[in-house]
Amino acid sequence: MPKYTLTINQKKFNVQTDAGTPLLWVLRDNLGLTGTKYGCGEGICGCCTIHVDGKAERSCTLNVEDIGESPITTIEGLAENPDHPIFKKWIDLEVSQCGYCQPGQIMTLAAMLEQNASRKEIDDAMDSVLCRCGTYHRIKKAVDELAEEKL
Amino acid sequence: MENLNKTTRRQFIKVAGLSGSGLFLASFVPLQNIFANPGEDPKIFAPSVYLKIDSNGIVTIIFHRSELGQGVKTALPMLVAEELEVDWDKIVIEQSDADAKYGNQTTGGSTSIRVNWEPLRVAGATARVMLITAAASKWNISPENCYAENGFVINKLNNQKFSYGALVEDASKLPVPKNVKLKDPKDFKLIGKRIHRVDTPDKIYGKAKFGIDIVIPGVYYAAVSRCSTFGGSVKSFDATKAKSLPGVIDVVRISNGVAVIADSTWHAFNGRDALEVIWDLGPNANVNTEDIRNELIRQSKTEGFEFEGRGNVNKDIEKGEKAIEATYEVPFITHAPLEPMNCIAKVENGNAELWVGSQTPQDARSSVARVLGMNEANVTVHITLMGGGFGRRLVNDFAVEAAEISKVSGKPIKLTWTREEDMKFSFYRPPSMHVLKGSVTENGTPLKFSHHVIAPSIIQMRFYRELPPKDYDIKEGTVDLQYNIPNMSIRGTTIETHVPISWLRSVYHTQNPFAVESFIDEMAYAANKDPYEFRRDMLPDDSRLKNVLNVAAEKSGWGKALPKSKGMGIAISECYESYSAQVAEVTVENNKIKVDRFVVVIDCGIVVNPDLVESQMQGAIAFGLSAALKGEITIKNGGVEQSNFDDYQILTYNEMPVVDVHYIQNNYKVGGVGEVGIAACAPALCNAIFAATGKRVRRLPVRLSAT
Ligand code: FES
Ligand code: FES
Repeated sequence: MPKYTLTINQKKFNVQTDAGTPLLWVLRDNLGLTGTKYGCGEGICGCCTIHVDGKAERSCTLNVEDIGESPITTIEGLAENPDHPIFKKWIDLEVSQCGYCQPGQIMTLAAMLEQNASRKEIDDAMDSVLCRCGTYHRIKKAVDELAEEKL
Repeated sequence: MENLNKTTRRQFIKVAGLSGSGLFLASFVPLQNIFANPGEDPKIFAPSVYLKIDSNGIVTIIFHRSELGQGVKTALPMLVAEELEVDWDKIVIEQSDADAKYGNQTTGGSTSIRVNWEPLRVAGATARVMLITAAASKWNISPENCYAENGFVINKLNNQKFSYGALVEDASKLPVPKNVKLKDPKDFKLIGKRIHRVDTPDKIYGKAKFGIDIVIPGVYYAAVSRCSTFGGSVKSFDATKAKSLPGVIDVVRISNGVAVIADSTWHAFNGRDALEVIWDLGPNANVNTEDIRNELIRQSKTEGFEFEGRGNVNKDIEKGEKAIEATYEVPFITHAPLEPMNCIAKVENGNAELWVGSQTPQDARSSVARVLGMNEANVTVHITLMGGGFGRRLVNDFAVEAAEISKVSGKPIKLTWTREEDMKFSFYRPPSMHVLKGSVTENGTPLKFSHHVIAPSIIQMRFYRELPPKDYDIKEGTVDLQYNIPNMSIRGTTIETHVPISWLRSVYHTQNPFAVESFIDEMAYAANKDPYEFRRDMLPDDSRLKNVLNVAAEKSGWGKALPKSKGMGIAISECYESYSAQVAEVTVENNKIKVDRFVVVIDCGIVVNPDLVESQMQGAIAFGLSAALKGEITIKNGGVEQSNFDDYQILTYNEMPVVDVHYIQNNYKVGGVGEVGIAACAPALCNAIFAATGKRVRRLPVRLSAT
């Protein structure tokens, strides 16, 4: 099986797995980075969202061999700074219910805020991350307040 | 494997509590003074199974239910801590295993708080009283001269204090008192407060371990191939191709199908997809949605069993009486929690150990013991954190599968389902049809109301074929209506279906209130009355439903002028000892529905944690709208057609309305919170659509057309 060197959360990891393995399963099974969740495996739900080169991507739709040198950030990497405004807002507003979708929600929003996206772009991005518990109402409130604070 | 048709009275009684019909297992408080380790340090004082305090002063509260997002891992320990008088920020909360010593551990039927409201407070109060007694005798004063606060017992006479830890040894030697006095609600310090959830930080940092995130040393990964037609079975299979794939280690037969064991989840999925299985499709291979629907239609022409009746709905039409009739229906839907089913099982040396996200961990334990032919005492079930449940995890099919695979292969196994499996092999909310007839007098007062509900019965299909009609679970949400209508008849007929069915968040309240509250709206229009006032005038003055209805009308600005494409709809419901009224506000343009706002008024008695109540109501609106606007499972060739979130869609962020939640403050007994928010959602929505368009939605999911 081929070997790959991945840069994740600013650390280098060597993994051995066959080409075609979705990055999601490399993160979860090979590297134990289970903050990145499996929800649909088809790019629909968004709960596997990570950052590749700073952009939000769905790790279930990326193959390990296509990553190359691109730096990856997972929710664990973002959480190295628990004072990140998104985390603080999420706790303050108690956004989470079961919490399973929340890493994907947060990673999606973090990339958008980082890129200074417009409100419409943020809403469109968030619209594609599913939450079965229905925390959208509070996510919206968090987005409202974070967007406001950024201005 | 589990035989769905097996009838055991015991099982029936065990699950019947979930139907909300009030048949709950009596709650009990297993009190005993366990001085667990007299010789060792730290010493532990455990006067009940729900808490322990060690001599270092660490207070551990045992959480014995399942956390699926509803927040009970926070709310239940609040009950213990309230009476125990400890510093909330310092307690440790420990998830229990499945064990009969905790009483009923089923997290379903909105029972967590209702059932544990008293036992957990008694557990906390008993420990507090014992600690006070221990301190008083150390000081040689009367316990009356002591009080407990923040983990200390304080001497009122001189303000000296002992920490709980310092009292552990003495308290452990005391007899456990009976009938301790609970706190007066006015003295509550935690109950009623917006206490933050204890598990949020770990969840959002990606640190929390859900069932699907757990691994144990030496574990192998498994995936199962099942027959896509319910009732089918394996005729033969060829594993050659699967076994040639990288990482595939073994292929084994289990009751539910064929399992592939591999060195990773991905390899297990690939191996499973490469299996060549010849299925015996069984007797249901030709059954389609239309066949099930036709049976509902056929039975809708019958009379049905009368659950409740008064007056005479068949009386001749009187002068000026205006009679209407309508048929409502809903399809199969599914829970689709975002975390797919999974389970770790390690079966070796006559013991089984499982890690499973189950809402019925005790049933997981007994089911695994039964299927593996073991004694329950040899089965350990660890309860994991769950990424949603909504009733799906009341059935432990996936835990039994994992245990079987582990037993047959002799390896510790982590079974993970794909989303496609979750959609295709769930236990679905049954479909139903509702025939409603009603009439109003010449001057618009209600005269007759009859409702015939036709649906498969969950209890009948799963446990008890001979279920007496008076006990049909399908009546939930049809009977005990508070509306004062002189002639009423509520009837039901069950049908059989080969599609596995089960409880989904609010159970038959997902469908009966839709039919009833929509039809009451139709009657209001027939009477030329305002839908809010029509309901109000039919409810008794002291009714909690009437109160929530009035508050909802007021908070929503009911009756205000709206632009042409907008409408407001109102509905009420009573569900698991709680009461809710909802007002929906929608905009409909070119048959496109935008839900602008929901006002949700909830009376659930004493509110333990207002923030959790609010989030459950907001979530319930999203869940209810998903079902009303989108949810539909269809059957083709005896199996489910949908396979992922593209063809079984749920509400999205941009579609989420504003939800204003108002809760009523009172001192009534605690009611259920996790499900009540669903019941009035669909009818409020559809009544609003009618107000906006004049189109009456009588079949879910909502599909508006130009005609
Ligand atoms: S798991 Fe990747 S988008 Fe759903
Ligand atoms: S919080 Fe449960 S799926 Fe979003």
